[in-house]
Amino acid sequence: MKTLKIIIIIFFIYPTSNLKAEDLEMKNKITKNLRCLICQGQSVYDSDSEFANSLKIIVDKKIDEGLSEDQIYEFFKNKYGEWILYDPGLNKNTYILWLLPLLIFLAGGAIIYNSFIVKK
Amino acid sequence: MIYSLVGHYSLVLGLIVGLTLFYFSFKNFNNATILNSKILSFTFLQFFFVVISFLCLIFSFVFSDFSNETVFNNSHTTKPLFYKISGTWGNHEGSLLLWLLVLTFFIFIFLIKTKNQPIKYKILTLVFQQVIIIGFFIFLIKTSNPFNYLFPIPVEGLGLNPILQDPALAIHPPILYLGYVGSSIIFSSVLSATALKMISISWATHIKKWILTSWIFLTLGILLGSIWAYYELGWGGFWFWDPVENVSLMPWLALTTLLHCIMVLEKKNILSSWTIILSIATFTLSMCGTFLVRSGILNSVHTFANDPERGVFILIFLFILIFLSLFIFFFFHKDNEKNSNQFFWLSKETSILINNWFMMYFLSVVLIGTVYPIFLDVISSEKISVGPPFYHKLIIPFLIPFLLMMAIGPKLKWIKSDFENKFYLICLLLISIFLAYFILKSFNQKILINTILISSALYLFFITIRDFFVKKYKNMSQNISHFGFSLLILSILFNNLFSSEVITNLKVGETFENSKVNIYFESIDSKKSKNYDSIIANFNIRNSNGEEDKLSPELRIYNQPVIATSEADIKTSLISDKFIVVNLVQNQDYFNVRYQVKPLMMWIWISVILISFGGLISLIKKNHEK
Amino acid sequence: MRNKILSISIFLFFSIVFIVFFKGLKETNIYTPDLDIKKEIPFFHAKDFYTGKKLNTSDIFKLDQTYLLNIWSSWCVPCRKEHPLLLSLNENKKINIIGMNYKDNKIKAEKFLKELGNPYKRVFEDLEGTIAIEWGAYGVPETFLIYNNKIIRKYIGPLNLNIIEEIKLLIK
Repeated sequence: MKTLKIIIIIFFIYPTSNLKAEDLEMKNKITKNLRCLICQGQSVYDSDSEFANSLKIIVDKKIDEGLSEDQIYEFFKNKYGEWILYDPGLNKNTYILWLLPLLIFLAGGAIIYNSFIVKK
Repeated sequence: MIYSLVGHYSLVLGLIVGLTLFYFSFKNFNNATILNSKILSFTFLQFFFVVISFLCLIFSFVFSDFSNETVFNNSHTTKPLFYKISGTWGNHEGSLLLWLLVLTFFIFIFLIKTKNQPIKYKILTLVFQQVIIIGFFIFLIKTSNPFNYLFPIPVEGLGLNPILQDPALAIHPPILYLGYVGSSIIFSSVLSATALKMISISWATHIKKWILTSWIFLTLGILLGSIWAYYELGWGGFWFWDPVENVSLMPWLALTTLLHCIMVLEKKNILSSWTIILSIATFTLSMCGTFLVRSGILNSVHTFANDPERGVFILIFLFILIFLSLFIFFFFHKDNEKNSNQFFWLSKETSILINNWFMMYFLSVVLIGTVYPIFLDVISSEKISVGPPFYHKLIIPFLIPFLLMMAIGPKLKWIKSDFENKFYLICLLLISIFLAYFILKSFNQKILINTILISSALYLFFITIRDFFVKKYKNMSQNISHFGFSLLILSILFNNLFSSEVITNLKVGETFENSKVNIYFESIDSKKSKNYDSIIANFNIRNSNGEEDKLSPELRIYNQPVIATSEADIKTSLISDKFIVVNLVQNQDYFNVRYQVKPLMMWIWISVILISFGGLISLIKKNHEK
Repeated sequence: MRNKILSISIFLFFSIVFIVFFKGLKETNIYTPDLDIKKEIPFFHAKDFYTGKKLNTSDIFKLDQTYLLNIWSSWCVPCRKEHPLLLSLNENKKINIIGMNYKDNKIKAEKFLKELGNPYKRVFEDLEGTIAIEWGAYGVPETFLIYNNKIIRKYIGPLNLNIIEEIKLLIK
């Protein structure tokens, strides 16, 4: 009886999900790349929040509807903006993000080569 | 009540001592001998006041004194004593007080331990350290006083978030702060040494101990944070590339670079500018981390902003420190090394430079990935997220040459080296490639980059093992740390490649079965503890070898605040971790069960401990030599 | 000379970083992306809260009308606080308030409306929270101002007096 009571309480304060164990690979991959917008830096995959659980259901539905991975990303990008995707593609907003570290690497190499290494 | 009063005024007294120290050190700077005996006792006094204040806060928590706002916000009478105490630093105000405690403690130890250095250097270091300490005092008293009154006095507190009620998280902040604050000593010391133009071999030997100390603590601190994430956040991840994690990784990367770079300075008295920059960067990054975490600039929607005043204060303080150190660097430091910093291409110096080069690259990736979204938002109000895929893509390819260099670098001699008698290097490389290929082939994993990555990690692994037995104790600390690193990379790789997962819905009495595993849902129990109620699901899990395990994950309802959490049950062994969590499914009478087998989890923790153990050996050896 | 240029440029660089952080700090306080998005409302299916009849977008939202869509739940504490504001806004006849009952238990939700009053012209259910996501919502409470089948404003978190005033101004 007591167990039942606790279960009932949990129903109302605990995020629940309604998932089948199918299409998991793809779903995991997608949910790992989606940000749980209301959590602090967790992916939807890692989170149990209300928001994340609803999102997982939507991902499930979209997979069932036969949408491809990119189409699903596009869907969420439309709803919530690029902010929801963890893997920012290379575009005008992110050139600096992707290329600056590589430039720093090259510059570092050049500095080391020029100023420290004895040339023949 | 009385504790808050005492705590508050001893903070004020501590600040007054700080200001006095600052003023007299400046006034009598040229007449420094007068100060010599006084500074030690004054520093002790300051430390003493902070200890009193910290103890007062602990007592307020232990006795649940809800007239104190911090206690009210973060504690509750039903909380176990252990978490009442750890709750002291589990919140903003308390953690800053802890910062301050460690700051004053370290400068006190620094003054005791530093005997052979010129008195002017000691005093100037103290002055810089006091700048930091005074800054923190003002910050604490003005914007985040842990001793604020509440009236009328509430009967009950709001409680501590249950995910923070974890042993690893209880000791994580103190250890991490020891690392952060250790870097403040390096910072003050490098500034005073620069101003007095005494960056030299003897300074390098002296400061290396502090670098090692804070490096060890920082490494362990990050490890504890990671262990906490693994056990408490659920789902079996241990590193999420979350900004909050990244800000602790950045000073670690800078500090590790510094640790290597200081060896060159210690041996050959070169690279002094670079050492200064790195020392400044390490502490700046620690402070920057505090800023990013505490100001709420990184928070997402629905976590409503902290007091913006705090963020502004830390930001201004941070940049005062940056500009102060830049000024000292450019004004006092004259690089007169000229031709002495030319290295032969195959030498230990070069290999350390290459280490620095790669480490700086990794640092820049983490730094840019963390702050770029903020910049983009301010400049173009576009919002993007930078997550694990970004870091993996930019870091993993560069790990390969990095690992190879780690294997070969330490074998090179100072000044000039060659490859005579290094036949075994090639042999081991071939063995590693072959082995990696064989392992991946037999498990049907055929991604090229994995083969290369595992080969290079194995290469480092074999070389460090060989060195351990051949070179016997010549440079054991380096050897162990590098070995630990190879083990870390290997464990993470195998863990990623060979983890398996089952997600299914089960009722009590049902069984899930596939070719690898048989999960039987035996029963559910309920339990009542002091600060939570829980239901426990009992599972009996049999794998294909016939081994049986009983695992019992829980769902808990904490009473203060009312939050439900899912507690994973983890069965740890040296080979693999078995990890199970349950979750309720709405409107259904079954549970959502998630079962994971994660190989070599244990070795991730062990290898990080080994890495820091290497540092510890080096530190002990350093003290022994003296 | 070279050293001077270097030092000045580094000082400049850090000054810029400072300014950016400073501005970033000011902005986080209003951290809701796209507050006035002139987006079409999404198409969705839902069940009516009282009758259980199936509904879709065009049954609820008509052109040339102003709507306020409020996402609420009986377990959501801030919803209780904003509820009187919705009731007072309901006296304004120009606006139709629609409720989206988010991940709720029907009995509790009914009790909630009985206790506190019902400001909604119409309530529909979102048991799984998926309709809220179609709308691009983050959670409860959240409110959308809709005119001509376009989302005019979006308010994340509980409503307050200022927002109510703003809404009143907008619908005039």
